[in-house]
Amino acid sequence: MRVTQGCFSFLPDLTDAQISKQVQYCLDHGWAVSFEYTDDPHPRNTYWDMWGHPMFDIKDAKAIMGELAACRRMHEDVYIRLCAFDSTHGWESLRLSFIVQRPAREPGFMLTRGEGEGRNIRYETRAYVVEKPSGERYGG
Amino acid sequence: MALVLEEQPEAMIDLRAEFSAAGIEAFLHGLDEELVGLRPVKARIREIASLLLVERVRQKLGVSTETPTLHMSFTGNPGTGKTTVALRMAGILKALGFVRQGQLISVTRDDLVGQYIGHTAPKTKEILKKAIGGVLFIDEAYYLYRPDNERDYGQEAIEILLQVMENQREDLVVILAGYADRMEKFFTMNPGFRSRIAHHIEFPDYEDGELLTISEAMLARQNYKFSAAAKAAMRDYIDRRRAQPYFSNARSIRNALDRARLRQAGRLIAHDGPIRPEMLMTIEAEDILASRVFRGVPDSAGPV
Repeated sequence: MRVTQGCFSFLPDLTDAQISKQVQYCLDHGWAVSFEYTDDPHPRNTYWDMWGHPMFDIKDAKAIMGELAACRRMHEDVYIRLCAFDSTHGWESLRLSFIVQRPAREPGFMLTRGEGEGRNIRYETRAYVVEKPSGERYGG
Repeated sequence: MALVLEEQPEAMIDLRAEFSAAGIEAFLHGLDEELVGLRPVKARIREIASLLLVERVRQKLGVSTETPTLHMSFTGNPGTGKTTVALRMAGILKALGFVRQGQLISVTRDDLVGQYIGHTAPKTKEILKKAIGGVLFIDEAYYLYRPDNERDYGQEAIEILLQVMENQREDLVVILAGYADRMEKFFTMNPGFRSRIAHHIEFPDYEDGELLTISEAMLARQNYKFSAAAKAAMRDYIDRRRAQPYFSNARSIRNALDRARLRQAGRLIAHDGPIRPEMLMTIEAEDILASRVFRGVPDSAGPV
């Protein structure tokens, strides 16, 4: 099951050339681009691991793309997303975020229905991959 | 406009039109207008700009595909306008499309070299990331290399720089700057740098008349002006200051003017009765004549 989140989530994954253009758009607006990665695909998993710091004071997309390449080398076959942080007063939050790498095989989620008090049903989604410890979930 | 040579052997190219289309003429004109003196530097920049333009037209025609080597070295005494010209250079390179963004990142040894093992490479790479798409200006570049200490981390920064200067020529332009004699020694010790630098530009010292023009321009920018007597005093000041140690051209002038403004402010506060707006804008001869330079003590000799 293809996990989607952030901008462009209804489009096919962007190519590197397209990512580069988006990055340049962010830089031209003065947003700090950063990368985050995770191997826990649950939608409520908001806090992904940071790849270095948000990159302030960068002018050209090529520098960011070099950093993305380094991140992909180090973290093959997990989710990587790009975040663009706007530090302008009043915003001080993410302006754009999208997935730039996903594992080759995404097994998806299991839906369990637990019966609670009365006839209440508790729904729970669990990613199949979290059966395994972090670091061994994809690839291999 | 993609021209195909085989089909149009007589295709004419209007270089002059290309020149103005790229906005170079405006840049060079601004350089002539705003920077006093520096004739040989301006001539070299004009040459380089022409070369780059021809190179760009050649690339359009498909005659040339190599990115030209654009790394430069600026040598000259302190205060001769190296940084200012580097800023202009970034603008020219951007206008011609040889750098994508055209920012100027000005660094010294401290910004590139770390303090302990493993600190230098990330530090240098961080700076290089900021400079990608623009110009990296390394002031007093010879400090990167310390021959007396073989375990100095500067060598590591040099190696990373050399690699980037060679492999990422289309991404950034490196300008090394410093005093002529020490740069010469630096290049002798690091032949890798010399071979990767295409343009060596020397910045001559300013003449006395030029420094006077510069001082007037500096004042005008801050809405000040010399009285006639003050102008004469400034002329005398420049003459004397040059003979003293630590003379650094336009920078010495700027410092002298800052101190003159300080004295002017003091004089106005001490002044009895109301003052005219005119007086707020005028530097008088006494503001300049109070300088230690007239007593034979160099201005930068330390606190009074």
